[in-house]
Amino acid sequence: MSANFKGVDYFNIDALLSEEEKMIRETTRDFVNKEVIPIIEHHNQAMTFPKELIPQMAELGFFGPTLPAEYGGLGMNNVAYGLMMAELERGDSGLRSFASVQSGLVMYPIYTYGSEEQKKRWLPAMAKGEKIGCFGLTEPDYGSNPGGMITTAKKSDGGYILNGAKMWITNSPISDVAVVWAKLDGVVNGFLVERDFKGFSTPEMKGKLSLRASITGEIILQDVFVPEENRLPNVTGLKGPLSCLNQARYGIAWGVLGAAMECYVTALEYSLSRIQFDRPIAAFQITQEKLVWMLNEITKGQLMCYKLGRMKDEGTLKHTHVSMAKRNNCEFALTVCRMAREILGANGILDEYPVMRHANNLESVKTYEGTHEMHTLIIGEDITGIPAFRADEKSN
Amino acid sequence: MKIAVCISQVPDTTTKVKIGSDGKSIDPSGVTFIINPYDEFAVEEALKLKEKQGGETFVLTLGKDSAKEVIRKAYAMGIEKGLLIKSETELDSYAVARNLADVLKDINADIILCGKQSIDFDNNQVGSLLAEMLGLPSISVVVGLTVEGNKVRAEREVEGGKEVVESTLPVVICAQRGLNEPRYPNLKGIMQAKSKPIEEKQPAYTQNKIEILSMSLPKPKPKGKIVGTDLSAVPELVRLLREEAKVI
Repeated sequence: MSANFKGVDYFNIDALLSEEEKMIRETTRDFVNKEVIPIIEHHNQAMTFPKELIPQMAELGFFGPTLPAEYGGLGMNNVAYGLMMAELERGDSGLRSFASVQSGLVMYPIYTYGSEEQKKRWLPAMAKGEKIGCFGLTEPDYGSNPGGMITTAKKSDGGYILNGAKMWITNSPISDVAVVWAKLDGVVNGFLVERDFKGFSTPEMKGKLSLRASITGEIILQDVFVPEENRLPNVTGLKGPLSCLNQARYGIAWGVLGAAMECYVTALEYSLSRIQFDRPIAAFQITQEKLVWMLNEITKGQLMCYKLGRMKDEGTLKHTHVSMAKRNNCEFALTVCRMAREILGANGILDEYPVMRHANNLESVKTYEGTHEMHTLIIGEDITGIPAFRADEKSN
Repeated sequence: MKIAVCISQVPDTTTKVKIGSDGKSIDPSGVTFIINPYDEFAVEEALKLKEKQGGETFVLTLGKDSAKEVIRKAYAMGIEKGLLIKSETELDSYAVARNLADVLKDINADIILCGKQSIDFDNNQVGSLLAEMLGLPSISVVVGLTVEGNKVRAEREVEGGKEVVESTLPVVICAQRGLNEPRYPNLKGIMQAKSKPIEEKQPAYTQNKIEILSMSLPKPKPKGKIVGTDLSAVPELVRLLREEAKVI
């Protein structure tokens, strides 16, 4: 466990970062070393989210930092945001998920598609961590194909009546507001469903063997009346939720670098101190091959994210770029965690070391916000022009 | 209340230091520089004093252009103003203190805080020299501080225990580990630090009184000896500790 973590930077990518970007990373790193790493294994075992960290995370500025100051943000650039996400996920994917959902999936759509009243009401409070949000898109029968959703909104006097069920919703049991996507006359619309609305409930999902330090729940909507002023006025169609997912995927592409770095550093330290056959196991070629592979993949992932972030700031980023980085980084990061577990041998399965927890977490991360397979098909469609997942439709 | 803090940029404690080709300086390549940890306690104490008593905070450092980084760090933590006395050459403790005193004599700070020593050269001199040059009392190795009105009460670490002393403002305080827990600079502070100006000036004194003749690294530790791995090795281990190492 590396509470003295100093980063992994084989290609001196730091030289490409501004002072400010590095300082934001250092603050996040210190926070994770001092506040997260000492308690996270306990929360993982107990299957609880460390809610006690929310006020400090808010105070440090982790929620919605890329938004402008008038809505409680900091106007931070996307590279700094990514570096922050990597450090949070070095602590735990659950912690990064919490921040991703709050910033990318709730504050982002309210900021981008919300009315001025909605922005003023929710964004500063969410930045301060006083209000927690969640994002309801996935349904029990519609995961990779969200366009098939069966949650509906019907026009009613002064608002809408929502019915349906959402599943795999990070933070739903502790949320004050849910951004719920539902079909109104067959067209996807976004609604801000508040905790005290009648007919709204969020049972927690139990029995997870991954992302245990994160709260996951359902959203059940039974004739929930949502007033007109709670509909997101400035977007209709699937591009609304998909643009949010793009924000979250961007954070994941960076985030998993943190989990991979933590596992690599742990494996490197362990291999140098573990003696077998009178020599450290780092002296064996098979171990070295694994360590080099890990570092090599981390370095490629870092470079990809760096460029991704700069493109996002310049406005030249395409969603397919994000798909490639999310796909690539989740895939290798999971392999890095598993390799670290191999290097640690039996010790690797203990909660004394972070590797098994990270490996288990990344099983989810590889799958959520667009599965590995879906990202493959998104890029496949982009380069061939043929949408493999929509056999009966042309690409649009 | 006017609060001044003197800070310094030093190599990170985990950096492996290499001697430069001239044999009397440190090779800066590959070295990460940080704010001197003892100075960080001084910055934190300044912020706490300001929060409690009101007033303004000011940091100054002497160093190369890169030393602006530690001023930005202090800004990010909440310090309001900063000054870099820009010197491309390495100055000794006396010259550093002279330059700091030269700036501070015009500022009339009520309290001047600094770390008890910087962890690069470990001279333990600047704070006390500075106080002497300004004609102020100085309290060193401070682990507790209260200021009420004009009265300053400080807890000091002394060999084997603590000492409580009293003095009056203005005063120079040299911070020791344990004085406080420095805050994380929050992201808002970091974002604002970028746009805060840093004043620069040339050093008034550049004459060193002490010349560094050479630097060398400690000799590498000799390889350890494994006497055995079970109980049967104990008598031999005890014999070696007594007769060879002469530690028991």
